[in-house]
Amino acid sequence: MCLGIPGKIVEIRDDEGLTMGVVDFGGVKREVCLAYVVDEVSVGDYAIVHVGFALSIVDEAEAMRTYEILRMMSETEGIESKGIESNDQMAEPPPNPARTEAGYP
Amino acid sequence: MRYLSEYRDPELARALLGRITSTATRRWVLMEVCGGQTHTIVRQGIDQILGGAVEMIHGPGCPVCVTPLEQIDRAIHLASRTDVIFTSFGDMLRVPGSETDLLKVRAEGGDVRVVYSPLDALELARRTPEKKVVFFAIGFETTAPANAMAVWRARELGVKNFSILASHVTVPPAMEAILESPDNRVEAFLAAGHVCAVMGWREYEPLAERYEVPVVVTGFEPVDLLEGILLAVRQLEEGRHQVENQYVRSVRKEGNFRAQEMMLRVFEPVDRSWRGIGTIPRSGLGLREEFSEFDAEMRFRLEAIRPSEPSECRAGEVLTGGIKPFDCPAFGNSCTPEHPLGAPMVSSEGACAAYFNYRRHQMATSSRAES
Ligand code: SF4
Repeated sequence: MCLGIPGKIVEIRDDEGLTMGVVDFGGVKREVCLAYVVDEVSVGDYAIVHVGFALSIVDEAEAMRTYEILRMMSETEGIESKGIESNDQMAEPPPNPARTEAGYP
Repeated sequence: MRYLSEYRDPELARALLGRITSTATRRWVLMEVCGGQTHTIVRQGIDQILGGAVEMIHGPGCPVCVTPLEQIDRAIHLASRTDVIFTSFGDMLRVPGSETDLLKVRAEGGDVRVVYSPLDALELARRTPEKKVVFFAIGFETTAPANAMAVWRARELGVKNFSILASHVTVPPAMEAILESPDNRVEAFLAAGHVCAVMGWREYEPLAERYEVPVVVTGFEPVDLLEGILLAVRQLEEGRHQVENQYVRSVRKEGNFRAQEMMLRVFEPVDRSWRGIGTIPRSGLGLREEFSEFDAEMRFRLEAIRPSEPSECRAGEVLTGGIKPFDCPAFGNSCTPEHPLGAPMVSSEGACAAYFNYRRHQMATSSRAES
């Protein structure tokens, strides 16, 4: 129950004074409360959602930067590393419709 | 950028594994605090692949697992009342109480419903004014802002038939309790990323300082976890003990100010008993007095219940990293996900369930090979 899942905000509205919205988790849409991210949220952002509440907006620039650093490290490292032997060993994520197709642009 | 899949990239993972093994000059003992992280680690076999460089011990961060038995018994008592609709996150339904569980109460006619968000429970209360709707408010700092909002809204909208059974717990006091224990073996922590998305990470700085223990705020995908482990191992090798943030894309140092503010308005720190562990001072959140009309314990005058815990269950030791689930004699024998003796076998974040789901076959194979 404690899992937070990233999803894309596709709608923002006011519900009796509370900022609510719709978040798309790879095709599965859900009502989500946006009151805690109201200062920074716009349609198209990705948010970490937990029990129907957006807890933080994913910082895409930061995500990209970290990923690039890791990517470079993997290119310089690559072959010599031991451990995981084949790609199959990274098991597929659990069959949760909310997660499997959540593509980031 | 395809986010989730990239953080599951086997090549990145392999590179990180290589870095970790080449950095570690001895075997370090790390604890991941959050049950969601435990599942990824066990499912992907990260702890096994890294076995030579680090030992991963699994922490108490499974909210379902640490909700105390007396609170489960109270929930069962409320759910059995004919004037109550009892609402809860799905995971809680199969957690064994002293005598029964919420699922059985439902089968016997109790009105027990699973909700996705506490606001759904509030909405249900508005739609059914003739019933009293109680929400089982469990969880860490990730869930507390949501539950605080439900109570705040109930007051704002004048919903009189809504209350919560508050059983919130907070992470830093539990980490401190683990560090204080004479049997503590933890040398570095991977802190739970989403708890820090709410709280930020300042509150870990005094812990890192006082106990000289590195704390790395870490995400939940395999690559996140491996990077978190690498940062922790580097600190240990260099003799540093700082709070570092691996999960930069979602966690800011100050956390989410609005969520913290709402939590503070509605809740206050209270002593809380953790199932299998015992009472930890100021490790829980209870409703402030001005919200007592939304407190199910007050509204229904719930008495102190003295519960009886099944003697075989060693959840306390599992949750503090003292033993691994398969060291418990009941594991896979009298305790299975179908017939759980303890909460760690029920929850999707419980360590016992993770080992049962992902390790059972392998353990059976290796014991056959040995015999
Ligand atoms: S295997 Fe079952 S009985 Fe043993 S500690 Fe885990 S939950 Fe308790």
